[in-house]
Amino acid sequence: MKSAVVVFPGLNRDSDMIAALTKIGGVKPAVVWHQDETIPDVDLIVIPGGFSYGDYLRAGAIAARSPIMDLIRDRAAQGVKVLGVCNGFQILTEAGLLPGVLMRNASLRFVCRQVKLEVANADTAFTRGYISGQVIRCPVAHHDGNYFADPETLARVEGNGQVAFRYADGTNPNGSINDIAGVFNETKNVLGLMPHPENLIESAHGGSDGRALFSGLLEAAA
Amino acid sequence: MTIPNDIAITPQLVADHGLKPDEYQKILDLIGREPTFTELGIFSAMWNEHCSYKSSKRWLRTLPTQGPRIIQGPGENAGVVDIGDGQAVVFKMESHNHPSYIEPYQGAATGVGGILRDVFTMGARPIAAMNALRFGAPEHEKTRHLVSGVVAGVGGYGNSFGVPTVGGEVEFDPRYNGNILVNAFAAGLADTDKIFYSKAEGVGLPVVYLGAKTGRDGVGGATMASAEFGDDIEEKRPTVQVGDPFTEKRLLEACLELMATGAVIAIQDMGAAGLTCSAVEMGAKGDLGIELDLDKVPVREEAMTPYEMMLSESQERMLMVLSPDKEDTARAIFEKWELDFATVGRTTDDLRFRVRWHGDEVANLPIKDLGDQAPEYDRPWVAPQPPIPLAADDIPQMDVADALRQLLGNHHLSSRRWVYEQYDTLIQGNSLQTPGGDAGVVRVEGHPTKALAFSSDVTPRYCEADPYEGGKQAVAECWRNLTATGADPLAATDNLNFGNPERPEIMGQLVRAIEGIGEACRVLEFPIVSGNVSLYNETNGRGILPTPTIGGVGLIPDWSRMARTGFAAENQPILLVGAPPAWGTHLGQSIYLRDLFGRKDGPAPLVDLIHEKKVGDFVRGLIRNGVATAVHDLSDGGLAVGLAEMAMASGIGATVSQLDGYDPIPVFFGEDQGRYLVTVALDPQGEAFHDLLNEGAAHGIFVPWIGTTGGTNLVLGSARPVPVTELRAAHESWFPAYMAGTIS
Repeated sequence: MKSAVVVFPGLNRDSDMIAALTKIGGVKPAVVWHQDETIPDVDLIVIPGGFSYGDYLRAGAIAARSPIMDLIRDRAAQGVKVLGVCNGFQILTEAGLLPGVLMRNASLRFVCRQVKLEVANADTAFTRGYISGQVIRCPVAHHDGNYFADPETLARVEGNGQVAFRYADGTNPNGSINDIAGVFNETKNVLGLMPHPENLIESAHGGSDGRALFSGLLEAAA
Repeated sequence: MTIPNDIAITPQLVADHGLKPDEYQKILDLIGREPTFTELGIFSAMWNEHCSYKSSKRWLRTLPTQGPRIIQGPGENAGVVDIGDGQAVVFKMESHNHPSYIEPYQGAATGVGGILRDVFTMGARPIAAMNALRFGAPEHEKTRHLVSGVVAGVGGYGNSFGVPTVGGEVEFDPRYNGNILVNAFAAGLADTDKIFYSKAEGVGLPVVYLGAKTGRDGVGGATMASAEFGDDIEEKRPTVQVGDPFTEKRLLEACLELMATGAVIAIQDMGAAGLTCSAVEMGAKGDLGIELDLDKVPVREEAMTPYEMMLSESQERMLMVLSPDKEDTARAIFEKWELDFATVGRTTDDLRFRVRWHGDEVANLPIKDLGDQAPEYDRPWVAPQPPIPLAADDIPQMDVADALRQLLGNHHLSSRRWVYEQYDTLIQGNSLQTPGGDAGVVRVEGHPTKALAFSSDVTPRYCEADPYEGGKQAVAECWRNLTATGADPLAATDNLNFGNPERPEIMGQLVRAIEGIGEACRVLEFPIVSGNVSLYNETNGRGILPTPTIGGVGLIPDWSRMARTGFAAENQPILLVGAPPAWGTHLGQSIYLRDLFGRKDGPAPLVDLIHEKKVGDFVRGLIRNGVATAVHDLSDGGLAVGLAEMAMASGIGATVSQLDGYDPIPVFFGEDQGRYLVTVALDPQGEAFHDLLNEGAAHGIFVPWIGTTGGTNLVLGSARPVPVTELRAAHESWFPAYMAGTIS
């Protein structure tokens, strides 16, 4: 599988994501700088976590309006898979590629801890490495992960199987509505999630529950 | 506000700059004329306590700073220690105490920013951070506000910058009511052949300004940090800088990219006293003069005066001397990262520090004398009197189980989860041990087996009772915490926080603590490679507890043979390695006496450094050869708390015997030094187990088998069994409840 990691100034989990894609996929992803005018021909485009533009204005708001997002929007429309993690998820919602918004955590504090996630829909290219209903562990590290959508949007997202992951067993760390941790777009080729599967892929991390997200994508591409 | 350069220099103005009359006379003698207003500001910045170490220098020189692995000791932005394979760890700890009390979020944030900059200025990519925080009494009216702001500030900066915070300390004591301590540590990785220094070389080379623009924030900050607080403290808020981690992250990437091109001859970050300190340091170290043209300095406010520009402490700025043929390459890199890049001066051969502005020369000073001729004091000091020993029968009694439960649920020993969950502990994907254990551990990126361990330690109440033993203990505990993971302790950084050195009893604390630190570092072969001194931590004449924080770094050759604190499995024998015959004896200055009986008496525990080293080396051997399954050092709260922490970390209980003929209180709560709890996967009836005990004895180390892991309760002698879940509930509840305001 060929992949590309898009880097905006202020992102800081790019190296974690590149390491995960390289270790699991065996091939280093292309690194695309936000000012680049093209994105290589890849199967997967990833926007990693961090604080693009310092989260100034709103998390993800400035990056979402930069020119490279038009290229990503076109690729997504062509069916290329796009994954946004943490700040990447915030950017994708700000760019309108995913429904809903991410508000400040209900605690108003940054939170870094391990949570449990229930796989809500395993019937997609991203989640095929899991089983629907399976509960996995995954770390979170964010200040603005409180997912919200208006009732109409929420009903559509829920009804259309667009919820990818939910915080399970009372571990919702941020007040997200319906415990939503990750959502797909309507066609399920764009996924955004707040937790960091790239930080739980090997024994050194204390587990590898995040690995199946990447290995499942690889199988889907093969 | 515009400050002209021709303000008359009056005795009051000199005093307002923190300069004593004899120090001002020294300036007059050095330059042979009255200084201009800008020059007075420059002297004030260079000669204040914070920048010149004028009260401590004489004593700091006595610290051991050399060793076979040491590449760079104190005197640069950070210390550099060889970790093999062509790599080095670069680290330092620095205080941001005064600003954090005045404006907790920004004070703490810029403390983190400053120490990260010190590390990447030397060419190292930051890989770990720690923070040692000390606040006033929980019931003090400002404490919650300060905890909340400082923790958010530390997280706000470090998380956004992208460095994992892997360790630290949080402590409360009324003696910090008016002066909190924020000691920030950072460590980075660099190639040993690509370390960058501040010493300029070559005449006529461009002096380049990089990073953020200069504003009026922090003007006079270093001078403020060298004074006691009075009731007018709130008026000092404008001297606190404002941090921008987004700019710092870009500055990091731009600097490392630029360093890789070979363009950088010298580099110095603009920290305390900004442009002044960085320019003088680069010139003076290289035996060169520096000429600055302030009209070229990127500013973000209008009508800034030379005085303000020279003393601004705006953050995220760097000064470099660049190779002239690579100036364009450098400019392109900084433009890519959308950072300011301006050639603001050049190196000269006349050893003068000259500053021009609007066509005028506003300063012309001898560059070497600004640093070398800074006052140095041999301040009078008196040796503190150690407290009298406790009487042998003076052992206040309490039910062991109740005492343990109360201690775990109070402010001192409760879980710090509320704090460290606000820090990103996982970013970069290399964290092997995060806060809550003995030390933070981060693997070395790109190496299959190596990892680095980090710990920050000091016990201020011991230092108050006996600064010499307290200084030794701070070093020993840090060394012990690193050892408990299986690391070889490499070197340390010291952050010395004390009150007003002009008072002989405070100076005595400083002198004796440094002597203790030096002694411990020599015996444990654990040199000091960087550090910082913060004095005048006093409010209205009342000083803080003497707090010499030690930040240490250790190397783990193979992290698959690394120890953690949680019990590994049921039915494993528990050994108390390094114990005295009675397991525990010393209650003076213990948490048991202080937090359960309100008593602060008795001597601090003694640290037998020879024994310490022997025991640590033995424990490290047990970890390296795979015998030890869990390891935890004993410190505050003694054996009972150590066992409880191992149980809570794993959910596995333990049963520990009663020691016949001994009072259980000192056995379970004594704070004797140099002890570790070690569990082993050996049959206690078997030969290997007895060989282990005998091997300890052969080294002069007592290794009693005190109990066995298993079950869901912690059973301490004849005390009632306490469910581990009950211990956890007590341990986890204090901090969130306190911050929510449901308890005082």
